[in-house]
Amino acid sequence: MPRVNLPDVALEVRKNIIKMLAFAGSGHTAGAMGSADLFTYLYFGGEVKVRRDDPTWEDRDRVVLSCGHYAPVLYSCLGMAGFFPLEELSTLRKLGSRLQGHVVRHIEYNGGRKLAHDQLPGVENTGGPLGQGVSIAVGMAIAARMKKQKHRVICVGSDGEMDEGQTWEAYMSAAKYKLGNLIFIIDRNEIQISGNVSDVMPIESVGKKLEAFGLRVKEIDGHNFEEIGSIFPWARMYPDQPKAVIMNTTPGKGVSFMEKNYLWHGIPPNKDQAIEALMELTGGGQNEVLG
Amino acid sequence: MKYLVDDLETVEMKAVRDGFGEGLLDLGKRNEKVVALCADLRESVRVEGFSKAYPDRYIEVGVAEQNMIGIAAGLALEGFIPFAASYAVFSPGRSWDQIRVSVAYTHSNVKIVGGHAGISVGPDGATHQAMEDIAMMRVLPNMIVVVPCDAEQTKKATLALADYKGPAYLRLTRSKTAMFTNRSTPFEIGKAQVLRTGKQLTIVGCGPVLYSALMAAEELKEEIDIEVINMHTIKPLDADALIRSAKKTGKVLTIEEHQVNGGLGGAVAEVLAEQAPTKMLRLGMNDAFGESGDSDELMTKYGLDKDGVVRATRKLV
Repeated sequence: MPRVNLPDVALEVRKNIIKMLAFAGSGHTAGAMGSADLFTYLYFGGEVKVRRDDPTWEDRDRVVLSCGHYAPVLYSCLGMAGFFPLEELSTLRKLGSRLQGHVVRHIEYNGGRKLAHDQLPGVENTGGPLGQGVSIAVGMAIAARMKKQKHRVICVGSDGEMDEGQTWEAYMSAAKYKLGNLIFIIDRNEIQISGNVSDVMPIESVGKKLEAFGLRVKEIDGHNFEEIGSIFPWARMYPDQPKAVIMNTTPGKGVSFMEKNYLWHGIPPNKDQAIEALMELTGGGQNEVLG
Repeated sequence: MKYLVDDLETVEMKAVRDGFGEGLLDLGKRNEKVVALCADLRESVRVEGFSKAYPDRYIEVGVAEQNMIGIAAGLALEGFIPFAASYAVFSPGRSWDQIRVSVAYTHSNVKIVGGHAGISVGPDGATHQAMEDIAMMRVLPNMIVVVPCDAEQTKKATLALADYKGPAYLRLTRSKTAMFTNRSTPFEIGKAQVLRTGKQLTIVGCGPVLYSALMAAEELKEEIDIEVINMHTIKPLDADALIRSAKKTGKVLTIEEHQVNGGLGGAVAEVLAEQAPTKMLRLGMNDAFGESGDSDELMTKYGLDKDGVVRATRKLV
């Protein structure tokens, strides 16, 4: 992975998210924007091992996206990392596109039934209905240990997702099986689709809950690359315990009229809003236009 | 040969779930990719033997069926062949969305094993009698559904499902039931089995309740010549075998320990209505819940014993 300026990359990631969502005309903006720094670090920070020309390489780190509605940020990073042509980002949510509204992983067997569309390389799991990726990540981590493999499983989830009981079932099982190769990163952006997390279903004290469930917990600022980077050396210190990172973020980060507003959870910008957002992201004044 | 089963009276009694336990244990030895998961019911659904013989390939998830399916999917994505077992009322009963997304849509190689299905579960009552699971699983794209008729066939089905690549549902029952197939009886996923040939009426069934059908056919043999088909694979349904028999006899009775809506009866009706309209009757649970009672008492009360099949046959004729 070439050395890159992470803030510059993250800016491109965010611009792509805005553009692809505006083209799509539907989709989830706030979570994707808020977690853009994390995903930038995962795919461009040099720490996480993935290969764009060999996306199912056996020893890759598995990045599981449990909150599947964050698809635009993952697609943006995968496209920019060369897993597929960047132009394809504009096909998000369109008929026949590999960029489905929520992430899809589909296994082909001989004679097996095919998807209605092709598989997007780099996607590790099917996700959207919340909580499922958390369990899948546990299964992948158990599998890695059974096969004596050294890679990690990094599962990105969200605070709203923790309303789903399945997440807690999965945390308990991760602790039971002492899955030191598993890192849950929970985007603590304090919004979900119908309101603020503390109003819809309070989850505090989430750190203490996770600790009580047997996880090693760390809290970070999800917009600080140094703190994001600190996850990995910290994780290596506890080889026999699954980790949970509470990543505090600003939903809609980078676009002032989107930030901290739960109404942006599940909607895309319209054309004017997208232009306004792109102008703000690029420092204003420039003739940044769609496409 | 007129009957695949020669002697209906002296059959051995053995539980379907025991056939699964033996098959799984056998697989443990044969195929190191096979792993098992269970939700606190490993003795009951006969995963116990595998868990003791292969503790490193056994995952106990506790009473958490949704997580069990997710973990199984994760293992399958990494190349393992997970058998995830619980009672059918819990999985697929409580884990249907996880099965839909992480297994069926993902096309992950997970084998979902639903134990204690049907009314013959008995005294535990309606909460524990899965009468809807075939319908729930049959409707899922990419999913195949297998309901073996006895312990011997269950063992064969378990081995066959490990070789089959893709999502599958295997339905088990609790009670000791007649073992009317034997080691040499063939089993092939998706290929219906004619247990008894006849010309005047076809009974299509799945699961141990087929024994009632065979007994009824024998009792009625002077009156009506009945063909009995073991449709152990509900999906993909062997439409050719069904249509061939339906065209020959002109009357089809379905029998299953399941709601008549959406299960085997539904599947047969769908095929026949479109491809070979035939007079038919569905025998099973009529849009109702069960209750506590002994297995045999319940089978009698809900018309799934020999006498119930005889009555239904006469009604159809």
